[in-house]
Amino acid sequence: MRLELGDILIKDVQFGAKTEVKDGVLFVDKDALAKIAGDDERIKSVEVFLARPGESVRIIPVKDVVEPRVKVEGPGGLFPGFIAGVEQVGSGRTNVLKGAAVVTTGKIVGFQEGIIDMSGPGAQYTPFSKTCNVVVKVEPIDTLKQHEHEVVVRLAGFRAATYLGEAGRDVKPDAVRAFETKPLLEQAKQYPDLPKVVYAYMLQTQGLLHNTYFYGVDVRQIVPTFMYPTEVMDGAITSGNCVSACDKNPTYVHQNSPVIEDLYTEHGKTINFLGCVVTNENVTLADKERSSNMTAKLVEFLGADAAIISEEGFGNPDADLVMNCNKIEKKGIKTTLITDEYAGQDGGSQSLADSTPLGDACVTAGNANEVITLPVMKTVLGYPEVANVIAGGWDGSLAADGSITAEIQVITGATNELGFNYLTAKTI
Amino acid sequence: MSKARVVHYINQFYAGIGGEEKADTPPEKRDGTVGPGMAFQTALKDVADIVGTVICGDSYFNEHLEESSAKVLEYIKSYDPQIVIVGPGFNAGRYGMACGTVAQLVDENLHIPVVGGLYPENPGCEMYKRYGYFVEVGNSATSMRTAVPAMAAIVKKLAAGEEVTEGFMEKGLRKNYFAEKRGSRRAVDMLLKKIAGEEFVTEYPMPVFDRVDPQPAIKDITKARIALVSSGGPVPKGNPDHIESSSASKFGKYSLVDIDDFTPENGETAHGGYDPVYANLDLDRVLPVDVIKEMLKAGEIGSLHDYWYATVGNGTSVANAKAFATQIAEDLIADHVNGVILTST
Repeated sequence: MRLELGDILIKDVQFGAKTEVKDGVLFVDKDALAKIAGDDERIKSVEVFLARPGESVRIIPVKDVVEPRVKVEGPGGLFPGFIAGVEQVGSGRTNVLKGAAVVTTGKIVGFQEGIIDMSGPGAQYTPFSKTCNVVVKVEPIDTLKQHEHEVVVRLAGFRAATYLGEAGRDVKPDAVRAFETKPLLEQAKQYPDLPKVVYAYMLQTQGLLHNTYFYGVDVRQIVPTFMYPTEVMDGAITSGNCVSACDKNPTYVHQNSPVIEDLYTEHGKTINFLGCVVTNENVTLADKERSSNMTAKLVEFLGADAAIISEEGFGNPDADLVMNCNKIEKKGIKTTLITDEYAGQDGGSQSLADSTPLGDACVTAGNANEVITLPVMKTVLGYPEVANVIAGGWDGSLAADGSITAEIQVITGATNELGFNYLTAKTI
Repeated sequence: MSKARVVHYINQFYAGIGGEEKADTPPEKRDGTVGPGMAFQTALKDVADIVGTVICGDSYFNEHLEESSAKVLEYIKSYDPQIVIVGPGFNAGRYGMACGTVAQLVDENLHIPVVGGLYPENPGCEMYKRYGYFVEVGNSATSMRTAVPAMAAIVKKLAAGEEVTEGFMEKGLRKNYFAEKRGSRRAVDMLLKKIAGEEFVTEYPMPVFDRVDPQPAIKDITKARIALVSSGGPVPKGNPDHIESSSASKFGKYSLVDIDDFTPENGETAHGGYDPVYANLDLDRVLPVDVIKEMLKAGEIGSLHDYWYATVGNGTSVANAKAFATQIAEDLIADHVNGVILTST
């Protein structure tokens, strides 16, 4: 399966009479976007704002971040199972408005939504201070339950990204990146002398606002399965969860799944990248046992010599990470893990809820409990008072002057466990 | 540049007041250097001034923890220091604990750096090294000659406002920083090294838990030899081995031969982590000697090991606990014990 990503580099975003891309600038027809994003009877109102790198802008609470794209060749469409049908994605050509992002905000759904600062010290912690953001503020009707509220906002974000992505349909990309993984036996034969690597891709599925979707299916309901890496690069996995902002994977990060990109960089040079095993992080012991058994079995079945295992979330999923690591290592397959840490505000506590001596190669995305003060921003999009209730904040996090003191847990993408960010930790 | 103001904390011995017989000396302060402070002042030359020395007897400090902590902190604060030196405490147990406690007090209340020196096995080290820059020193005062320049080197850096990155024992704290490569790339690089059999450095060394598999059940308890072991601090009245109320450095081994039942006259708890009233009234509540003796007489167990073993689990390091357990287990195996009743609190 071969996918081309046509990157249309977006340097700026502005409002305009028509939604289009001209000379690297994304012009947004505000009213048209609001109308399409708000096309759901469960939505009361939609407002659209822009937030550019370096501006004195804070977005709070951030729900999801989505990259605007358009499918220009090949089967399937965007966000299969939600916007497009469930046709297979991952081949043909998809154009990407690279550098632009849709950020959804609005009244808080749960306790675990995030903050994006476009400048100041907080900006360094979030990857989304570097994107030109189209902020879609969605307010649902009053009678919605929390889980319905989450669905409504998620779908509004997908519609917005799809609408904006259309602007790139006939634009010549600045660069085209191609990725290919062949059917298993052919792929094994293509680089017979290189070590074979599989990516075990753990997804947050603890339920109750902790869901992730694969072709529109709640991943909690699947048994681990195999996928071509290009499928996720083409939108097969979408976020549907409200876990702590720092280490949940916004849909944008799945679209740009970093381990997959970096394994492809080595594909054919130092490794033979066979593909991905998608697995879940369910809460019951039987589910954990079954899924880790299946994951280890699939990794072995595919003939892997080595595997990267990435986690989403923390605490309970640490047990899944450790089970996956143990079971894969015990099959003689070498693993590297990606996780983050909850070592307390002073960094003195044990970082993970579970541990294994076989997890001897571990990448950390940093200690989510470390405290930061985010200075006042000129503009706040959303509701700054939720700083006092979101995970990582506390009663009093929002000071009278508008600054916020909280754990970096509140910052969207700060300790991303797909390895999208640069933050890490060491022992001093 | 003005000289940094330094306060030095030492015990009664290094202040020249006296040895063990003077360990109950209450806190006091003296302007300028005392004892080893002179060597520090010489090493620090014109970078920093030891403006005051705070002294406390080791027993006094640990036995009147709350009062001496408040007093020592008040004395230190009175000199308005920028840096505090504690010890070096070498391998002196109570002095090490006092140095560590002072480091914690200063770190948490005055938010200024602390420089200390401890032998790695000093119990104060594991508990308190996170609160300051503790240099690894020898186990006795004979290593003062190497301890002073090593500690002074850190004080000099702090006085100059430089970052201190080496020369002290790891504090064991996780600290964030931004790496040059993103996490996914670092994971791929680490995996490539692991595949190639090359050396790689994990970013998070996972803690190793000493998990113990449950042993199979004893088939016939009426034939089994049973022993009693506890980390709840059950000791004969008067705590003859002076097992510490917290961070125990030892365990005791006591004869069960003449005791059928604990009373307020023959037993007490040494444990400082819970209200001792009910344990001291009837220590069987912590170690069930009365019941085990009844069961022995009734033939419900085969036999009883002649001794019980006791330590205090309160704040005791895993390293110490493991060492005690090893010795106790050897004793039990030598006496052919089949089962142990292990109580805690």
